[in-house]
Parts: sequence; C-alpha cells; structure tokens
Amino acid sequence: MSEEVKAPKKEKIPRQKMPEQPANERRRNFEEVPYGYTPELAMKEAERCIQCKDPRCKQGCPVEIDIPGFIKHIKEGEFEAAIRNLWEKNSLPAVCGRVCPQEVQCEGLCILGKKDEPVAIGNLERFAADYQREHGKQILPPKADPTGKKVAVVGAGPAGLTVAGDLLLKGHDVHIFEALHGPGGVLLYGIPEFRLPKAIVFQECNFLERMGATIEVNAVIGRSETVDELLERFDAVFLGVGAGLPVFLKIPGEHYIGVYSANEYLTRSNLMKAYEFPVYDTPIVKGKSVATFGGGNVAMDCARTALRLGADHSYIIYRRSMAELPARTAEVHHAEEEGVEFLLLNNPTRFLGDDATGRLTGVEVLKMELGEPDASGRRRPVPIKGSEYTVEIDTAVIAIGSGSNPLLTKSTPGLALNKWGYIVADPKTGKTMKPRVWAGGDIVTGSATVILAMGAGRLASNSIHDYLTYGW
Amino acid sequence: MFEIVERQEMAQGTIISNWIKAPKIAAKAKPGQFVILRANEKGERIPLTMADTDPAKGLINIIYMVVGKSTALFKTLQVGQGYIDVIGPLGQPTHLEKVGKVICVGGGTGIAVLHPITRGLKQIGNFVYSVIGARSKDLLILEDKMKAASDEMMICTDDGTYGHKGFVTDKLKETLEKDKDIKLAVCIGPVPMMKFCCKVTKEFGVKTLVSLNPIMVDGTGMCGCCRVKVEGKMQFACVDGPEFEGHEVDWDELDLRLRSYMVEEKVSYDQFKECHGGGKCSCCS
Ligand SMILES: Cc1cc2nc3c(=O)[nH]c(=O)nc-3n(C[C@H](O)[C@H](O)[C@H](O)COP(=O)(O)OP(=O)(O)OC[C@H]3O[C@@H](n4cnc5c(N)ncnc54)[C@H](O)[C@@H]3O)c2cc1C
Ligand SMILES: Cc1cc2nc3c(=O)[nH]c(=O)nc-3n(C[C@H](O)[C@H](O)[C@H](O)COP(=O)(O)OP(=O)(O)OC[C@H]3O[C@@H](n4cnc5c(N)ncnc54)[C@H](O)[C@@H]3O)c2cc1C
Ligand code: SF4
Ligand code: FES
Repeated sequence: MSEEVKAPKKEKIPRQKMPEQPANERRRNFEEVPYGYTPELAMKEAERCIQCKDPRCKQGCPVEIDIPGFIKHIKEGEFEAAIRNLWEKNSLPAVCGRVCPQEVQCEGLCILGKKDEPVAIGNLERFAADYQREHGKQILPPKADPTGKKVAVVGAGPAGLTVAGDLLLKGHDVHIFEALHGPGGVLLYGIPEFRLPKAIVFQECNFLERMGATIEVNAVIGRSETVDELLERFDAVFLGVGAGLPVFLKIPGEHYIGVYSANEYLTRSNLMKAYEFPVYDTPIVKGKSVATFGGGNVAMDCARTALRLGADHSYIIYRRSMAELPARTAEVHHAEEEGVEFLLLNNPTRFLGDDATGRLTGVEVLKMELGEPDASGRRRPVPIKGSEYTVEIDTAVIAIGSGSNPLLTKSTPGLALNKWGYIVADPKTGKTMKPRVWAGGDIVTGSATVILAMGAGRLASNSIHDYLTYGW
Repeated sequence: MFEIVERQEMAQGTIISNWIKAPKIAAKAKPGQFVILRANEKGERIPLTMADTDPAKGLINIIYMVVGKSTALFKTLQVGQGYIDVIGPLGQPTHLEKVGKVICVGGGTGIAVLHPITRGLKQIGNFVYSVIGARSKDLLILEDKMKAASDEMMICTDDGTYGHKGFVTDKLKETLEKDKDIKLAVCIGPVPMMKFCCKVTKEFGVKTLVSLNPIMVDGTGMCGCCRVKVEGKMQFACVDGPEFEGHEVDWDELDLRLRSYMVEEKVSYDQFKECHGGGKCSCCS
C-alpha cells in the first residue's frame, strides 16, 4: 500500500429512519406503525453516537440509562449485552422505546442535535428490547433469597409493575391488585395497539409472573378490599392507581350519543377491542366525522383511532396553536401523515344534537387568537368575539386531561391529598403520610409519562426495600 | 373462572337466576351493590345487581333478563361452567334507614334488585308495603320472597292475568292516598316505570329512591360512560349510584343514552343467533 493514500474521510451517516407502514394503508388498520430497525440499520444508527465522555443524553433521561453504553453494544452487534445494560435502569425498554417523549428527554439533549439530527436513542432502545424478545434466550434475572416479606402493589400500570419487578428481584413476595380484567394500566387500556402492541404488554406482565409475582385482576381496592385490610396481610402497600378520572368540557350537550371521554373511547377500542366488533361484543360509535378535543398524546391516539374505525374526517380541535401541542412530535407527525385535520386556535362552546334520536350532529366552536404569555410561559389563547361557527360531526372525543379518581383515596383514611385529590408522597421515597403505604406515578403527579411513573416506582421500591430490611 | 353452582329459569325462560361462586365478593356485598361480569375473552362487561348473597357459602346471586346478545350468551352457561370475570362489589350500598312506613315498587327484573332492599328495610323495623308488577302472570318473579319481605304486598299485571289489571303506579297512588304516613318510596324497574312512579310520589311529596341502569364499561368511575344528570349535575352511576333521589333524575336523557347502541346491539344479537360456534361472534371463544 502506498503511503500517499489517505484513509477516506469517514462519511457522515444520516439518522436512520425506521421502516414503517405507508400512511394511506395504516390509517385504516390497527397494526403497529413503525416496523422497527433491522440489525443492520440499528448498527448503522448506533455508529452515529460519538460516545461522549460526559453524555448529555443521560441527563435528559429520568431513569439515567447508560445511553452511550447500550448504544456501543448495539454498534458492536452485542445485542444481549445491550439489553442487559438497559434492564439495569429500565424494566420496560420495549415500551419506553416506543412511547417516551425522547425529543424533550435524551434526544433533546444529544450533542449531535446541535448541528444535525440527534441519535435515534428511542429507536435503538426499542430495537434492543424487540431483538431480545424475538430472538434472545428467555433469561430470568437472578433473584435474592426469599425474605419472607410481603408487599401489595395496587394498580398494574408502569409504576406498579416497576415496583413489583424491583421487589421480586430483592427476594420479597409481591401481590399485584388490578381493578380491570387485565394488567398494564394505560399501556393496556389507553395507548392503542398501533402504537404499542398489546402482546408486548402481556409479555412484560407475564415476565413478572414467571419471576414469581401474583397478579390478581378484577380487584378494585377500595371496594373489594380496603387498603387497611391489605395492611393486615402485607408488610407494605404501594399505590400506583394512576389518574383514572375523565374530565369533561362542561359545555351544553355532552350527554348526546356519540360524545365520549377519551378514557371511554380508548377503553372500548383497546381493552374491549371494539374495533373487532361484532366478533368482540363491545360496540363503539364508528363516526364518519369525528372531532377530538385536546392536543396531547391522548388526543392524537383518539384522532388516529377514529380514522382506523373508518372516519372520513378526523379533526383535532385545540385552543392553542401547533407550537403548543403537548403531544410527542412523532405522534403529531404520524397523525398529519394519516390525514388528521387540525383545527387550531378553536375552542368548543356547545354540542349540537338531534333531540329526537339523542345523537350528536355538530359542535359550535369559537376562534381564538394568541395573547400574552400565561403562567406556563405559553401564549394565552383569547376568544375572538362573534367568531363562532359550526363543525358538523357525529362523534366527539374529549381528551383535555384527566383527574384523580377518588374511589381508592376516599376509602383510605390517613392518606394526605393535595387540592386536586392526588396523593401527597415524598418525591424522593414515595412515602405517603400513612405508615407502611407508598405511592407513585400519575396518582401522585397527575397525568405524566410512562418513564416518570417508572422512575417513581423505582424510588419507592428502594424505600420499601430499606423499610423491609432495616425498618424505618 | 367464577363457577355457576345453581341455575334456574324464571318467567318462562326470559329471566335467569345464577348462584355464582365468588367468596371475596359475597363477603363484602351489601344490598344495592352490583357486579360486572364477562362470559369470555371476547365478551362485554355487563353490570348486574346482586339479588342476594350467601357469605357463608361464598356465593352471590344474579337475576337477569335476556334482552340481547350478552345476556343470551349468559343464558347458555350451565351449572359447572362460569364467567371469566366477576368484579365487585361495585356502587354505593343502599342507605337503609328506619323511617316508619315505606313503599317498595318493582317492575319486571327490577323486582330482583328491589328484593334485598325491601328485606333490609323490613329487617331494621320499617312497615313495608310492596307493589310488584309484570306484563303477565307467568312473567312475574320472586313473588314469595317479596311477600316474606313485606308487611302488605300488592300485585299488578298489564293484562290482568294476576292481581290488579294495570300498572304498578295505580297501586302506588292508591296506597299513598290511603296512608299518609309513608315516608319513603323505593321504585326499581324499567325507565318509564320509574319515571312515572316518581311523578306520582312527587305529588305526595314522598322521597323516592330509584336505581339507574345506564350503559357502563369499567364500573369504577374511570370512563364516564354511565354519566347521568341528577339535580342538573353530572353524576357517574357506577360510583355515585346506582341509587339516586328519583325526583332529581333527568329521565329523558337517561332514556336516550340507553339507546346509544341500538343498531350495534341488533347486529350483535342477530350474529349470535346465526353463529352457533361458527366464529362470527364471541360465543365460541
Ligand atoms: C391514551 C394515552 C396515551 C399516552 N401516551 C403516552 C406516551 O406516548 N408516552 C408517555 O410517556 N406517556 C403516555 N401516556 C401517559 C402514561 O401512560 C401514564 O403517565 C402512565 O401510564 C402512568 O402510569 P401509572 O402506573 O401511574 O398509572 P396507570 O398506567 O394509569 O395504571 C394504573 C392502574 O391502576 C389500576 N387501578 C386504578 N384504581 C385501582 C383500584 N382502586 N384498585 C386496583 N387497581 C386500580 C388501573 O386500572 C390501572 O391499571 C399516555 C396516556 C394515555 C391515557
Ligand atoms: C348497575 C346496573 C345493574 C343492573 N342490574 C340488572 C339486573 O339485576 N338484572 C337485569 O336483568 N339487568 C340489569 N341491568 C341491565 C343489564 O346490564 C343490561 O340488560 C345488559 O347489559 C344487556 O346486555 P345485552 O348484551 O344482553 O343486551 P343489549 O342488546 O346489549 O342491550 C339491551 C339494552 O341493555 C342496555 N345495555 C347494553 N349494554 C349495557 C351495559 N354494558 N351496561 C348497562 N346496560 C347496558 C342497553 O340500554 C340496551 O338497550 C343492570 C344495569 C346496571 C347499569
Ligand atoms: S449525547 Fe448523543 S452522541 Fe453523545 S453519547 Fe448521548 S447519544 Fe451518543
Ligand atoms: S362505567 Fe365507567 S365511569 Fe361508570
């Protein structure tokens, strides 16, 4: 080899796109949208990471995953090492890789993002988890010797599942109580199949059962048993019951047939599989013209579900502008591609209906303009007088947030609640004001994210373990 | 699985009674509370009131009318078979109070819901009038049990084949006219019946409890499907009810919302009648 020939300058690899179902096909089916990376694509994407010494991405991760570490393993084709690395901090990587708002967390801080596009950290996390599930050995992590201590976990959402997984590993006996007929929380009843296949959720819960957890479904704590009764049988109780209370717009006409809360619309579709009616028994109004109110992930999920149920028009009606939409960027982008129509700076004032049939026929909306910034720093929408107009719709889905469901909290004396009805818990330990009771996730913070619920579960499980091992 | 240990057909097979093994629920249940049941993996979540319980044996009793696909599917379940899910007890128990004289009015399967409440009211020392009605003699249920739970019982049938010919509201009105000491009415049955009973009792200024049956999904206050308007306010029947002060209920709204899925219900029931294990519906899962 001649000395003159220089090594060719390393070509810059662009951010690797995940192959996905074409928008015009997927808008009519419930199958998952992105197919995931192939090993080749994953390794290529992993190569983009420059392995920062002081990685900014990690600071953006609520559970501090060793991001460059797992990416390095992928780059080298050591997929099992990658998943083991992820598992150290995150017990649900297949879920988080799909639903975390990476653009405001790890990817939002990634150094490459300054000039170029950030490393596709979420896609890589998903790849590692999916590869393990589809090709890997069924590895069960080693468990500590049984301690003889018993813990009740109330609610089988991300917070409760995390607590359960952690405490099982530490040798404690774990019994999960779940109100619905299946475990998973919002992962099961809220987030649609096309974004998070239910098979993945089942697999995660099944993993816990193989690890030795008892999952008791159909157990509505507060009704079938109270927390005080659980405390008689268990050494500690963790409350991870989520923020399961629907919020309505409180405008006239919300009783019309075809007006749904997001919780009802999604529960019918996801948990009850109403999209397979009549093979499944639960029906849902399959609107031709559907309006979803709100701008978060929940709203995007509803609007995209409406398309898949056969809507000709699926509108998002939101009172602020595109810049303020709180949903994940990827979801807004997917929704637009699929043909969701955004009616921004619009605020509903009343529903219109046919009083003989009781069916919804339209919604009156008022146009808004952006005024001065409010307390949250976002410009406050102010109504434009006399700008009311009617949108003809036959289905409305209200996705403007959720509240704290009082069923459990009301039946549990000794818990301190804040003014919104959420449980007061120490942010570092999850301890509530009631002895031997911990809480975390949406029931403490209000609706947040999967990873924050898991982070709260992790802190609580550490604290519960300390208590069970050393006492208070 | 929640096993059916006893099964009985009533009212010529239009109404079915099941005793189901559910010890945890039986131990907790109080009059007025309900359960949600699912027959199988593809099934709907169906709310039914507990007509009775036997905590010692760990059993609960449901009595339901066959009105559509899911109840027809339930009807096919025999002793030894069962439901994959039974959730409860749900809802607020009836507030049983000694007020003196009460009148309990039940129509159709509503009598099954009314019976434990009637019995409870008598047990704590009230003088109980009861009025029960059905379309025809052979559709009337729980006559003996209601008789045992009442001090004075009246029977009405629409076609006059048994007791008074006419509606339960006739006897309700008659009794309220006759006895001015009645302090409380409990009226449970189809929506029109409850609505007209409330009209009558309102004239007499008698407080009236009704049990509402809006369509439900989770039964834990999570979805808002069961919302009803009471005193002009939105209430969730599954957690705030199912019993409410009848004079304050917006009956027309409830009546409309109960018809939400009329089209789908027919599709589903027709499919079921044709299917017989052919994979078109949930009956074979
Ligand atoms: C449609 C939708 C889309 C979302 N999309 C995203 C997303 O893309 N990314 C993201 O990060 N986050 C998303 N979120 C938010 C995220 O799902 C939640 O923040 C997270 O699930 C909260 O977890 P949790 O464990 O606190 O509660 P949950 O997931 O709500 O689980 C609570 C569980 O407790 C059960 N329970 C309630 N009461 C009782 C009781 N009395 N007894 C027994 N069990 C009870 C419930 O049935 C439920 O299963 C979304 C939420 C929704 C609704
Ligand atoms: C709290 C409560 C207690 C009840 N107790 C009893 C009882 O003790 N005995 C009894 O016979 N019936 C009772 N019902 C009514 C019973 O739930 C319905 O008759 C049943 O759901 C009908 O289902 P289906 O598929 O057979 O009929 P469908 O063809 O689906 O419906 C027939 C009618 O039942 C109503 N209905 C349908 N789905 C539901 C649902 N998920 N929840 C509530 N109503 C629905 C609809 O208004 C419809 O018009 C109760 C309902 C509630 C809410
Ligand atoms: S900030 Fe970006 S480039 Fe740096 S380690 Fe994290 S993912 Fe890799
Ligand atoms: S049935 Fe869902 S809130 Fe009552």
